[in-house]
Amino acid sequence: MKFFHLIWSNLKRKKLRTSLTLLSIVVAFVLFGFLSAIQQALVGGVEMAGADRLIVRQKVSIIQLLPVSYEARMDRIPGVDFATHQTWFGGLYQDPKNFFMQNPVEPGKFLKMHPEIILPPEQEKAWLATWTGAIVGRRTANRFHWKIGDKVPIQSTIWTRPDGSRTWEFDIVGIYDGKDKGTDTTPMFFRYDYFDEARQAWGKGQVGWYTIRIKDPSQATEVAKRVDAEFENSPAETKTEPEGAFIQGWASAIGNIVFIVAAILSAVFFTILLVTGNTMAQAVRERTGELGVLKAIGFTNGQIVALVLAESCLLTVLGGAVGLGLAWLVISRGDPTSGLLPMFFFPTRNLLIGLGLSIVLGLVTGIFPALQAMRLRVADALRRM
Amino acid sequence: MNENQSNHGALVRVENVEKIFHRGSEDIHVLADLHLQVPAGEFLALMGPSGSGKTTLLNLIGGLDRPTKGLVSVAGERLDQLSDHGLAAWRARHVGFVFQLYNLMPVLTAERNVELPLLLTHLSKAERKKHVDAALAMVGLSHRAKHYPRTLSGGEQQRVGIARGIVTDPTLLLCDEPTGDLDRKAGNEILDLLQALNREHGKTIIMVTHDPHASARATRTVYLDKGQLSTEPVK
Repeated sequence: MKFFHLIWSNLKRKKLRTSLTLLSIVVAFVLFGFLSAIQQALVGGVEMAGADRLIVRQKVSIIQLLPVSYEARMDRIPGVDFATHQTWFGGLYQDPKNFFMQNPVEPGKFLKMHPEIILPPEQEKAWLATWTGAIVGRRTANRFHWKIGDKVPIQSTIWTRPDGSRTWEFDIVGIYDGKDKGTDTTPMFFRYDYFDEARQAWGKGQVGWYTIRIKDPSQATEVAKRVDAEFENSPAETKTEPEGAFIQGWASAIGNIVFIVAAILSAVFFTILLVTGNTMAQAVRERTGELGVLKAIGFTNGQIVALVLAESCLLTVLGGAVGLGLAWLVISRGDPTSGLLPMFFFPTRNLLIGLGLSIVLGLVTGIFPALQAMRLRVADALRRM
Repeated sequence: MNENQSNHGALVRVENVEKIFHRGSEDIHVLADLHLQVPAGEFLALMGPSGSGKTTLLNLIGGLDRPTKGLVSVAGERLDQLSDHGLAAWRARHVGFVFQLYNLMPVLTAERNVELPLLLTHLSKAERKKHVDAALAMVGLSHRAKHYPRTLSGGEQQRVGIARGIVTDPTLLLCDEPTGDLDRKAGNEILDLLQALNREHGKTIIMVTHDPHASARATRTVYLDKGQLSTEPVK
């Protein structure tokens, strides 16, 4: 700490150069933060997926429906604990930009299948007792200022009621929270029995997809094969896969997100490495004489190396901290797409990785100038003062 | 003619020292079979023409360089046998440097510049401040402690340089043309200060200088020419 003043004073030596270098580092880490949040939103679901859950969809396309009668057959397949279903409702609340998922489900089995959804028992009871009851995640409830007891109209883009209307009214009977930070608390779930009875003839008795809980996660592949074999050669053949793979498939439709993010960040950080490295190299070259004086006074080679590395690390850690902080502040405001990225947050793990990166950046950019400073011969350096 | 003195009480001993610089394929013999002894408490002036090896000799005594051959000893410590790390540690404890162009850190105030050698000690912040204040008081610059070098005159900057050189109470104070960049008045102030440090505080000082006026303040003057020492001026 006693050397901090010397290090800080050297950083302030050329204020414009230091400020511009700092700004470029800040921008790089803001980008790092945003890309982390986007990656989390697109592929984070894979991590949250249950190891003991399989998704069963129509083999041709997920938009094709499956008979609700498949559920009982699935329950009997060896290795299956139980099955339940969901269907894509595709509703809008007031404005198309207010997007969030709403799916009809079997309340009791749904909550049993998804223990990551935390719903107070009295709200679960109310849901089972209310025909038009719906539970909504905390994030969506806060977004629209919904509370228990509210009546909420949702306009479906797919399902029509017998009177031709697409407006469906729901009673909010529960607000659920997620067990973990990564649990999506934007969807709304309502009762399948209400949905199936109240929709027009088309699609009646059919559902979007099934979720199966298997008894032994290590048997996922075998059970998946058994499920697909059960419905082979039927009008609605199935494709069964682990929940993580199913979610990954959605993200992959956009592209290899992880690779894209890594490629962008690599290019950005390589550029920053060059910029900061140049700044440090210039700073050391300009101070040859002063470094000679420090050595004359008695600073050892190791101390000279440490001083230069400390200066480069201070610059990069300061820039990194500001950049990560700014990113965190903006990301904390939530999904910028109004619903397309429900799990949009800055993972703590990535925040720590970012801080670590800032230190590594400082060490890498500072090491060559530091070694250069170390190798200075005192007598030669003093002549250059 | 080589300088010969009694061995007894010699703080600095330079014996049979040779220094050769290698510049590409050329060997430059700067010092040749040089002998010098400096007793504790002496104010020695080292004079000679440009290129005679004065600064080279000063650097050898100050542990900034090593002789090609021979022995350099200060307070019984063989500098020619120390490693780079050992020399740095030795300099921190035993030597104070005063340079012709002051060599202050422009980004640090006067007191922070003076404090630099103390950063290498285990003194606390409060103790370092006491030493810095005492050193600045000794050179008469307590009122300029918070000023940056760019706002100090040449004479004031050199006094800060002297304060930095003495703040650790070193065994030796080595001055390389300390008045070389100053006018007569400022130069005299610096020489008064060096003389006071020597007479009143017993500081051993070796000063390289071109100026006979400066060397007159020393207790002894030796002359260096073509790598050899003499007690007589070079003709």
